[in-house]
Amino acid sequence: MGKVTLDAKLETINGQGFQLTSIDKAIGLARANSLWPLPFATSCCGIEFMATMGSNYDLARFGMERMSFSPRQADLLIVAGTISKKLGPVLKKVYEQMAEPKWVLSVGACASSGGIFDTYSVLQGIDRVIPVDVYVPGCPPRPEQIIDGIMKIHEMVKNESLRRRNSSEYKDMLGTFNIESDGE
Amino acid sequence: MSNENEDYLEEYKQDRLSHETIDGDLATLNLGPTHPATHGIFENILTVDGEKILDAVQTVGYIHRAFEKIAERRPYNQITTLTDRLNYCSSPINNIGWALTMEKLIGCEVPKRVDYMRVIIMELARINDHLICNSVIGVDTGALTGFTYLFQQREAIYELFEEVCGARLTTNMCRIGGFERDFSKTFWTKLDAFLLNFPKVFTEFDNLLSRNRIFMDRTIGAGPISAERALEYSFSGPNLRAAGVDYDVRVMNPYCSYEDFDFIIPVGSQGDTYDRFQVRQEEIRQSLSIIKQAIAKMPEGPYHAGLPEFYLPPKQDVYEKMEALIYHFKIVMGETPVPVGEIYQSVEGGNGELGFYLISDGGRSPYRLQFRRPCFIYYQAYPEMIKGQTISDAVLTLSSMNVIAGELDA
Amino acid sequence: MASKLTNEEVYTLLKNAFGDKVGEMLTPFDLLTVEVAAESANAIIEWLKKDEKLQVSYLTVLGGVHYPEDKGREIAVVYHLHSLVNNFRIRLKAFLPIENPTIATITYLYVGANWMERETFDFYGVIFAGHPNLKRVLNDDSMDYFPMRKEYQLEDATREDKDDRFFGRE
Repeated sequence: MGKVTLDAKLETINGQGFQLTSIDKAIGLARANSLWPLPFATSCCGIEFMATMGSNYDLARFGMERMSFSPRQADLLIVAGTISKKLGPVLKKVYEQMAEPKWVLSVGACASSGGIFDTYSVLQGIDRVIPVDVYVPGCPPRPEQIIDGIMKIHEMVKNESLRRRNSSEYKDMLGTFNIESDGE
Repeated sequence: MSNENEDYLEEYKQDRLSHETIDGDLATLNLGPTHPATHGIFENILTVDGEKILDAVQTVGYIHRAFEKIAERRPYNQITTLTDRLNYCSSPINNIGWALTMEKLIGCEVPKRVDYMRVIIMELARINDHLICNSVIGVDTGALTGFTYLFQQREAIYELFEEVCGARLTTNMCRIGGFERDFSKTFWTKLDAFLLNFPKVFTEFDNLLSRNRIFMDRTIGAGPISAERALEYSFSGPNLRAAGVDYDVRVMNPYCSYEDFDFIIPVGSQGDTYDRFQVRQEEIRQSLSIIKQAIAKMPEGPYHAGLPEFYLPPKQDVYEKMEALIYHFKIVMGETPVPVGEIYQSVEGGNGELGFYLISDGGRSPYRLQFRRPCFIYYQAYPEMIKGQTISDAVLTLSSMNVIAGELDA
Repeated sequence: MASKLTNEEVYTLLKNAFGDKVGEMLTPFDLLTVEVAAESANAIIEWLKKDEKLQVSYLTVLGGVHYPEDKGREIAVVYHLHSLVNNFRIRLKAFLPIENPTIATITYLYVGANWMERETFDFYGVIFAGHPNLKRVLNDDSMDYFPMRKEYQLEDATREDKDDRFFGRE
């Protein structure tokens, strides 16, 4: 039998035949390495996201083999591309349909701030309709940058407290977007 | 839904009731705006009878970004960045199309070498565009393998673009009057490597699908359109050629010295998904041949025209020479006067005739700039093409039409 | 591929057929440009399409332009047509007053004109009489102005997210 070593970042107390850690950390580790992303790819950044999924950059290395196109079975919403005002309500609906816990990655300048399109038809950043966890700059970002953003999401997922989604702060935060929390 | 369609549905229902035992109830199905099978944000509300599509109502404009309005506020040099984001699968073609429009307006002759360099870049972009489309047709028929193989080759093309301009996707590559810099030695080495490796992979991909029984059964007869209807709808590009009309801007109204090259315009006969796939495959081969011809005939000479009013001077001169500094300032601030005029210039984009209709009143930005966006024009034929087809055919038809959301919604 | 028709030739045919409905001949950058009377624009396009010699039967693009200073003819509808057989391009312009920008549709001649006309309606508010489904195509239906008209600004007037002082807009 080889010696089993756990992730160095997982704080554990090791002894003979047992291992102790907090349940937050164990669950965080499991969640982070099996995120199911929902690619909400609208425009140019979507093509770079396709490249990230493709063979050279291979997103599957990070436990993301399966793209979940149904919001109900997704943990990570990847918004890549311009979101117009016409599309804003659709995006919000998709976010609301996702089950907790859920994270949002905003890829590219358009999704993060409207980018070069300061016009009557473009939403000036998706954080006007849904909360965002990580922003990736670039127009469009390179696949390496998108992967970096996903690594940041992994860090957040690993370190998140299990109680966070039930806290009143979290519900208040969602309330500012007029989204009702589906936590129990 | 138009009255004509309502009548058609009612008739269909009656017909169905009289023949079959099940009641003639029809279902409504939303395909999009977010749907795994639509590559981009397209909404189609389908009326279906079982698997059979009777009608589709389209909604577009989900990523309308007001390009034409922005263009009225930007100096001429800055509009290249907008064209990048039209058909982002083949940005360099759009960039060069815009540069050609401006060169025509200010009456600038570019050196032959620039033309040939542009041809190489545009044909690489065309390959890139067609590769996405065809590999995605593969994905939609269930053959993911081709996609993963071809994406490696697309990365090779991206590396070539990076070598020229530093960006992968939104290249902003072309300058009015020529290129920002000459192709580097690494570019030529990488291009040679690409020309050596790509045909092998491409042939393998072709072998995988072209004569594959499953693929042929899925695609032959899916989403057909006749040549007459295609022309009525103002189709252009590979989709029109698949329907059997040999209209290609590169031949009809040659630009960038395309008349110097020998190439074939492939045409289909049915206008169905298989024909569109095959037309694109052949165009990739023709593009490769054009690139090889351009390399063989590449003339020596400068990589940009002598156009100090629009072409940025070398940085060293800006520091040392008064004149260069003035030009630099004027170009960067967008204060170069342009002639008054009205112009229509088109290029053969990845999806068809990409046109620029520019009205200049002599000001710092266009008075009006209209883009002829091939996607926007031919996507309206989609309901007609999928009527009577199954839902899986509808998905294939959409991907084989290569509708690019950025170009569709402007 | 050179064009099989000359600008003068086509213009003469057009002038003989429609007389004073056809304005003077302009050829900016060698593209025949003719101003036509708005009420006969569709008839001229139909004639161009059906004429056995010209066969101008491909609608390249259709769009609008706004000239706020030109009183009585503020909105222009511009048609680019192409004869694929003769490789000949022609541009037709019809001017409309801003109070009542109405022009007959050409969807019965070209199905593809459908969305182009809807787009022109969306951007400039041109009413295409007889259009089967004239409503906004790119913008949301709730929009209450025509954004491409010159008096409207590029940015969203209702936005709150940007500090005007940073953009030179007090």
